[in-house]
Amino acid sequence: MNSILNPVESFLRTDRMPHIWCPGCGIGTTVNSFARALIESKIDLQSLALVSGIGCTGRVAGYVKLDSFHTTHGRGIPFATGLKLANPKLNVVVYSGDGDLSAIGGNHLIHAARRNIDLKVICVNNLIYAMTGGQTAPTTPDHAITSTSPYGAFEPAFNLPHLVEAAGAVYVARWTTFHVRQLARAISEAFQKKGFSFIEVISPCPTLYQRRNRLGDGLDTMKYYKEKSKIRHGAPTSEVGLTMTGEIVVGKFVDRDRPDYSALMHAQLEASLGDRYVDCDGACDGSACSEETVCS
Amino acid sequence: MAKGQVSIIVERCKSCGFCVEFCPTKVLALSSAFNSKGYHPPHVIAPEKCSGCDLCGMYCPDFAIYAHKLTPAKGPAQNKEAAGES
Amino acid sequence: MKADPRGVLTGTHFLDGDHACCEGALAAGARFAAGYPITPSTEVVERFAARVPTVGGCFIQMEDELAASITLQGAVWGGAKAFTVTSGPGFSLMMEHIGYAAMTETPCVFVDVQRGGPSTGLPTLPAQADMMQARWGSHGDYEIIALCPNSPQECFDLTVRAFNFAEEFRVPVMLMMDEVVGHMTEKVVIPPADKIEVVPRKRTQKSTDQYLPYATNGDMVPEIAHAGDGYKFHVTGLTHDERGYPNMTPQTQDKLVRRLQNKILTAVDRISLYEEEGTDNADVIVVSYGITSRVAQRAIDLARAQGLRVGKFRLITAWPFPEEHIRNLAAHTKAFVVPELNLGQMVHEVERAAGGKARTISVSHAGGSVHRPEDILKAIVEACR
Repeated sequence: MNSILNPVESFLRTDRMPHIWCPGCGIGTTVNSFARALIESKIDLQSLALVSGIGCTGRVAGYVKLDSFHTTHGRGIPFATGLKLANPKLNVVVYSGDGDLSAIGGNHLIHAARRNIDLKVICVNNLIYAMTGGQTAPTTPDHAITSTSPYGAFEPAFNLPHLVEAAGAVYVARWTTFHVRQLARAISEAFQKKGFSFIEVISPCPTLYQRRNRLGDGLDTMKYYKEKSKIRHGAPTSEVGLTMTGEIVVGKFVDRDRPDYSALMHAQLEASLGDRYVDCDGACDGSACSEETVCS
Repeated sequence: MAKGQVSIIVERCKSCGFCVEFCPTKVLALSSAFNSKGYHPPHVIAPEKCSGCDLCGMYCPDFAIYAHKLTPAKGPAQNKEAAGES
Repeated sequence: MKADPRGVLTGTHFLDGDHACCEGALAAGARFAAGYPITPSTEVVERFAARVPTVGGCFIQMEDELAASITLQGAVWGGAKAFTVTSGPGFSLMMEHIGYAAMTETPCVFVDVQRGGPSTGLPTLPAQADMMQARWGSHGDYEIIALCPNSPQECFDLTVRAFNFAEEFRVPVMLMMDEVVGHMTEKVVIPPADKIEVVPRKRTQKSTDQYLPYATNGDMVPEIAHAGDGYKFHVTGLTHDERGYPNMTPQTQDKLVRRLQNKILTAVDRISLYEEEGTDNADVIVVSYGITSRVAQRAIDLARAQGLRVGKFRLITAWPFPEEHIRNLAAHTKAFVVPELNLGQMVHEVERAAGGKARTISVSHAGGSVHRPEDILKAIVEACR
């Protein structure tokens, strides 16, 4: 009888294991790193909420033992915004895929970064729409074969770190699923930041992206990450675009300080309203105050 | 003397091979056994080389393997009681 | 529970429907709104943006209606009573998230101040052409509650009702206003807070190992927990079981979706609000709602002055539709006259419920202005022959 458990066991909904992700898929590895970051940063799990969109990475919400929300495609970030604004004491993580966050969710991504909403966004980028069978994503590299670009993709791809930096994110990093320790550290760092943090994790999709492009399986891809990744902390994000088999620039690209949305909101309302401003530190359901009480 | 010990949750494994590849001391290999889904889980081929670094655990996408450091005071016999395959 | 006095603007006011709606939301305990500007609804959130910082709470103008309609739901799970406000084009954008609210049983309010459509249509002019959309707009099988105010006073009163229904049934509630009701200014009396009944959120008191997010007892409405309460629950739009876990089988689907339907349909009597007058021995009954009911009243008065026996049935709750009432009335009257600011929407429900026992006459209008009383009167007179 095993009495030493997997250190991440208590973070998982073990009644739902084994999960649905394919052999060699990197999403589980990112969840592993995430769990270790939670252990390391001693985050209070009760006040941690995790929001996912739709897609393979979107299924993360269903496997973590936290207050977790599996929302609609592309809309994890605005849902998370509502959660955070109603209860600023929550630590809110958005855990979703590249298609969900940058295609259908692209507008919400850039606005949340612009507003500097205090969210930690983990974007697992497998360069494809995996769940629906391997269609082109805004991140799919040039010439890659996908089910909707059967003759090779030709659309220029998003450089996600560049996009979110330009939109205003205060913490931008990229790692791959090979960089398990660095990823866990980046997630811990993001928990220390106030404002919009974005961590891109390049991950294999062996069943669709790698297979259709004859790039091997998950293990082959991990070896490719190991071989071709170049750690360049502080690299200009304009220079970190990806290609199908080329160099992958990883590292922490942006770490800056800007007042987050809540700080800005409070400052403005206080300046304009003075004593008349009632700061409830969020928004409630009124159940605590049916009398003439002032909360907080 | 092994400094660490590996635990494997056989039913979760999907034979991706990450643990085998990234173990720094090559403690593991994929076995010829099957779990109920038909995957070959890893098995320990060189237990004495295990340092308990838990890189296998960090890499595993399926939460199927992990390692812990053996405390020097306990001998392997007492630790065997505390951990093993499940 | 009584209303929180900090949100109640007690007094006699001269307000338009949009502004009264905002006050209704505040009185009901709403402390969060996510909005996006769209004529003729914008004033609701403009007022909320001005009021909520002095009441306590939060307003955010999101980047589009897709965001607004889900941000409010995040706020609900974060502990707030929340709503959004829109008109036709925005209502269309919000449909996916109305379905999400229905599926996840998120209590919230969507206000649609209807305008001419389809598409961009007549942004500043009235219509009532979103009535079927309110009921069927999202994909799949689900039930919602829809209320139709016909005055700024009702915009206040029914907004409070809407939040109360939302909490009682854990369902998205539509407040179907129209441009005239939204922009007409009338006397609005807001009572003292202790005279306003507010339904509190049905928060669970169960222990963390006993609580199942979607387990129900007799009333078919589960108890809710907020993020941060310590329950570590999972919410998904996928078909789910009592644990909230995805369980995509026909059996789970049947159980879940029928419960979502039945929790509303078995409570129709409680949810159906209506105004009925003079229907005994009536030859014709005028069925109307919203601003059209004001014009219809004039037509009914004129008809009665001519000696005609005309009854009035005003839908205050449009959905769930009061089938039973209409069925009973159909047995004792010759015809229903149904004026609407659309080419015939609720009239189909009236006809269906009447089951052929009475004629159903639509007095349609493409939108852009209200009916003339003469048009409704003409239909009443012809129906009486």
